[in-house]
Amino acid sequence: MSKDTLVIGGIELRSRLFIGSGKYSSNALIPKIVDKSGAQVVTVAVRRVDLESKDENMLNFIPKECVLMPNTSGARNAEEAVRIARLAKAMGCGNWIKIEVISDTKYLLPDNFETLKATEILAKEGFVVLPYMSPDLMMAKRMRDAGAAAVMPLGAPIGTNKGLKTKELVKIMIDEIDLPIVVDAGIGKPSEAAEAMELGAAAVLVNTAIASAGDAVSMSEAFSLAVRAGRMAYLAGTGAVKDFAEASSPLTGFLNG
Amino acid sequence: MSFYDVLQKYKQNVVFERIQSVSREEVDRVLSKEIFSIDDYLVLISPAASDFLEEMARKAQRITLQHFGRAVVLYAPLYLANYCVNNCLYCGFNVHNDLDRRKLTMEELRVEAKAISEMGIRHILLLTGESRKHSPVEYIRDCVKIIAEYFTSISLEVYPLDEEDYRLLVNSGVDGLTIYQEVYDEDVYKTMHPSGPKKDFRYRLDTPERGCRSGMRSVGIGALMGLGNWRTEAFYTALHAHYLTGKYSEVEISLSIPRMRPHTGSFEVPSPVGDRDFVQIMLAARLFLRHVGITVSTRERASFRDNLVGLGLTRMSAGSVTEVGGYNEKRGDGQFEISDDRSVEEIRQMLYGKGFQPVFKDWQYI
Repeated sequence: MSKDTLVIGGIELRSRLFIGSGKYSSNALIPKIVDKSGAQVVTVAVRRVDLESKDENMLNFIPKECVLMPNTSGARNAEEAVRIARLAKAMGCGNWIKIEVISDTKYLLPDNFETLKATEILAKEGFVVLPYMSPDLMMAKRMRDAGAAAVMPLGAPIGTNKGLKTKELVKIMIDEIDLPIVVDAGIGKPSEAAEAMELGAAAVLVNTAIASAGDAVSMSEAFSLAVRAGRMAYLAGTGAVKDFAEASSPLTGFLNG
Repeated sequence: MSFYDVLQKYKQNVVFERIQSVSREEVDRVLSKEIFSIDDYLVLISPAASDFLEEMARKAQRITLQHFGRAVVLYAPLYLANYCVNNCLYCGFNVHNDLDRRKLTMEELRVEAKAISEMGIRHILLLTGESRKHSPVEYIRDCVKIIAEYFTSISLEVYPLDEEDYRLLVNSGVDGLTIYQEVYDEDVYKTMHPSGPKKDFRYRLDTPERGCRSGMRSVGIGALMGLGNWRTEAFYTALHAHYLTGKYSEVEISLSIPRMRPHTGSFEVPSPVGDRDFVQIMLAARLFLRHVGITVSTRERASFRDNLVGLGLTRMSAGSVTEVGGYNEKRGDGQFEISDDRSVEEIRQMLYGKGFQPVFKDWQYI
């Protein structure tokens, strides 16, 4: 079997589990979770980064070998997302950016149109842009054309732990778009992460489900195993799921005789 | 349309009767739901629901954890001036109260800001009494400019302003507005505010909306619990929050449940709110308004506040002083008495001890 690699923004990633950094009981959990889960990409809300605080600056807790994916949480439109992205770069958070534009504080659903606008601007500026979006094939294509490095459709509204409710739409995106599809938001259990990976998602991002678990470190390991299992199943079974078995042809086999 | 029109549809006596008449069976039925309507919320603040606090708490804890994580945002208040032309019967800054009136000079403000920021605080709440003569909008704007050098998020709790004034302050660096209606019962409101510009019920009621329209990122509302019947007041507060979240979906609406504290003067709290009552209001609010932040100030006792962590509370003040210039020297009278006088460091340790992360910075001016 050829080597299964995931490359985003020129970086070869060894883990397909992306994690968050926001809802933990303590920043000190972050290195433990990275260690146990093997996760490499860590998303960080720029608005929470406090460079002046030694004790509370979460950047100090993210191991150096991780890839930082600052996010624009708090942005209500493209303009604010762009300003936050530039701020992240100025803070020394690298050139990856997860665009998160939410103008609906009730359901926290992303604004695809504003997200597309921010993607266009930031990709031109040389950012590795990963837009977080409601799964919509045409929008995802536009984001790809605008220079997105991957697209991140939601599995269910953020923080709900409801699982892969958007499965059909995500599946179409996986089939039709030649970019890594990272399922972001809504994944509540390891089995749901495995489900997304079996579909062919390139990776999943999990935050709330790990952070709100009784034992966040153990849960991160469980997710890591599920993501690997799901990926392995996807690679092993590509094309195998059919409505009818085709290994033998019991009904028409006589015609071949 | 304004919230005033909505308020007219929910008459005091009708709401009161309905709350009183809720049965245990109704509470049981509502508690089996996942998503709650305003009618369900009414059931949850009824006398009948007060026997179901544990069940409500379990649900509220799960929702809070899911939406806000194991994190509590900390902030501190900074009083700029205590000049006030209002005659609120319950307030320490009442125009008739004999107290040392002052306002911070820009130099004094800098000293205060420095002292607070050195405690680790990044989110500040600026407060004044109502005096357009002593603390006009231009004074507040000048203060904001200095404050912005020390803090990453600036909220205001000052007298109600016009939309244009709010816009001016937003452009100067303000991102949040806190404005309490004090009491939603219009008759009680008139009794409590016999003179001064605050008499205008309608202007105050529409203030959060003007804040939303002016570009504020967050707007906090609340009723001063103890002035009117707490169950109906809790109902109107949540109705108001619900109205605002529906109409201004881009603004983060938050709630506070300030309970009356003793203060300068001799005002007797008309309708005291007990600890169980407070918790019932908070839990019901969390179930009905899942994404809405809930702030609990140092008006509340330390042990009581600690127990609210995880149940619904998402934001708390720390190391608070309610007198003008009080972070550097104690001199005047505060607006109200602090019940939780722990330092920022003590609050920080308490949160870690409970498995929660103190978040000092949750916004960055962009």
